[in-house]
Amino acid sequence: MYTTEFQKSRDRKVAAIEDPAKLAAFEARVAADEFIEPKDWMPEAYRRTLTRQISQHAHSEIVGMLPEGNWISRAPSLRRKAILLAKVQDEAGHGLYLYSAAETLGTSRDEMIEALHSGKAKYSTIFNYPTLTWADIGAIGWLVDGAAIMNQVPLQRTSYGPYARAMVRVCKEESFHQRQGYEIMMVMAAGTADQKRMAQDALNRWWWPSLMMFGPPDEMSPNTAQSMRWRIKRETNDELRQKFVDITVPQAEALGLTVPDPALSWNEARGHYDFGEIDWEEFHAVVRGEGPVAKERMKARRAAWEEGAWVREAAAAYAEKQAAREAA
Amino acid sequence: MASLPPIDLPAGTSGEGAFDAPVAEPSREKLFDYLLRLGDDSLILGQRLSEYCGHAPSVEVDLSLANMALDLIGQATLFLDLAGEVEGKGRDGDALAFHRDVLDFRNCWLVEQPNGDFAQTMARQWLFSTWQKSLFDRLANSRDPRIAEIAAKAVKEVAYHQDLAAEWVIRLGDGTEESRRRMVDGLDWMWRFVPELFEMDGIAAEAVRCGIGVDVAAFRDDYDRRLREVIAGAGLEPPADQRPILGGRRGHHSEHLGHLLAIMQFLPRTYPDSKW
Ligand SMILES: [Fe+2]
Ligand SMILES: [Fe+2]
Ligand SMILES: [Fe+2]
Repeated sequence: MYTTEFQKSRDRKVAAIEDPAKLAAFEARVAADEFIEPKDWMPEAYRRTLTRQISQHAHSEIVGMLPEGNWISRAPSLRRKAILLAKVQDEAGHGLYLYSAAETLGTSRDEMIEALHSGKAKYSTIFNYPTLTWADIGAIGWLVDGAAIMNQVPLQRTSYGPYARAMVRVCKEESFHQRQGYEIMMVMAAGTADQKRMAQDALNRWWWPSLMMFGPPDEMSPNTAQSMRWRIKRETNDELRQKFVDITVPQAEALGLTVPDPALSWNEARGHYDFGEIDWEEFHAVVRGEGPVAKERMKARRAAWEEGAWVREAAAAYAEKQAAREAA
Repeated sequence: MASLPPIDLPAGTSGEGAFDAPVAEPSREKLFDYLLRLGDDSLILGQRLSEYCGHAPSVEVDLSLANMALDLIGQATLFLDLAGEVEGKGRDGDALAFHRDVLDFRNCWLVEQPNGDFAQTMARQWLFSTWQKSLFDRLANSRDPRIAEIAAKAVKEVAYHQDLAAEWVIRLGDGTEESRRRMVDGLDWMWRFVPELFEMDGIAAEAVRCGIGVDVAAFRDDYDRRLREVIAGAGLEPPADQRPILGGRRGHHSEHLGHLLAIMQFLPRTYPDSKW
């Protein structure tokens, strides 16, 4: 997911030195499903975990503009171009709300961006895979936005108010994105032989990385219990992944496409699909920044930031001059 | 005029008095060409702006550029669909956008210019949107209700583009030493393409005569005045006049357009039998 734990947490030691009375009151409020607001007292570990999670999510929205932006100038019709532009514009908007939500926890947007560019902060592994054909734009909308929704719907009730409210707005737009992506896949899967090949190949390449978006399996996810208790997370990685598989497999069947997993089968007793083992070695490599186009993504983000520095400086200088003129 | 179509009283004209008499319809071909000019300007500039996506100086700027690109692609779709309808050969906006070559594109040179740096992009946007705003204000009164409707909707979008670009021209011109230098260079690059916007050739004149198109020459002074105001607000001097570069309306373009089309048209050209 956009927000799985990519960084090791050092939070446990800190929790020990919090005021026990305040901590107990906080835990009680969270347990009662109250929203925590920026001015409320909160444990340092909660603040730090949330800052990390929300900023990771924001970075994912922004880096996520690149693989899709790669196809705006080559969209195959005016309608598709407009839809993709609107989608990527939405993602930029999501990045902005999320940076704002994270800023309410006391870290500035510039600091967060700095952390992204230095490699200290992470973003979703999914955006380190390349978009090769137009079908990839369909597959991203369908699978990647679909997985995002799966994770983000419960976050509309996450304990931190600004994050929960950002998620409400984001989720509405993500479900448009998913439908539009699926529609691209429908057209291509029912199209010419070339288009069908692109559609199947896109599913082949995006399926496993999409499952990896939900993060490491629960037994390898040591912070899950704490995050669930704090209502930062409301379902475990494996629960969300299972839900995603259960919903998505029939959608692939409806397209006439084959999910690239020979172990995939309906388990009547469980009432769920069984599916094959995820390549966790690949997941961890991509988290470390070794994804196929990770270097390209970071290079593009750093270049945009560095090449735009003079613009931001000019805007600041102009604003200062204006303020001085108004004061005079 | 070799032959004129029969004169019917078009809807919306009073037909009162000799001087108010209904004018001739422009020929199908000329109206088609006029609509291509309108559609291609928006299409090519929208395509240029969309190249920025994910690479702008800030997320806010990324949003505003994508937003303008989206508006322009929307306008292009409406104008080109209508052009195809007028042409009557079964081509729609997509066929026109993706299956014409350089010689058949009717956009001006200004919009096909490369993005360059952000100052150059904003110089281009400002010079174009300021013109397009005045154009659409008038086009909203076109005798052709289809054109009037598109222009009336688009003019609100373009008013925003004009303001946004003018703000950037001022901000960059009056920002830092570096931004000022870049804005001067950006304006200098684009300046020679401005006269083409005001060119009145036979097709434009015919569209005006029929009450369908806009006499662009008539708002040149107003345009120049608007430019002077913003340039003064930016603390800059207007660029010196340059020899005008013309030809876009006749399909004679810069070298940049062919590359833009190669990218934009790649999928429909490679897979001509596919629907997307
Ligand atoms: Fe997203
Ligand atoms: Fe998003
Ligand atoms: Fe999305």
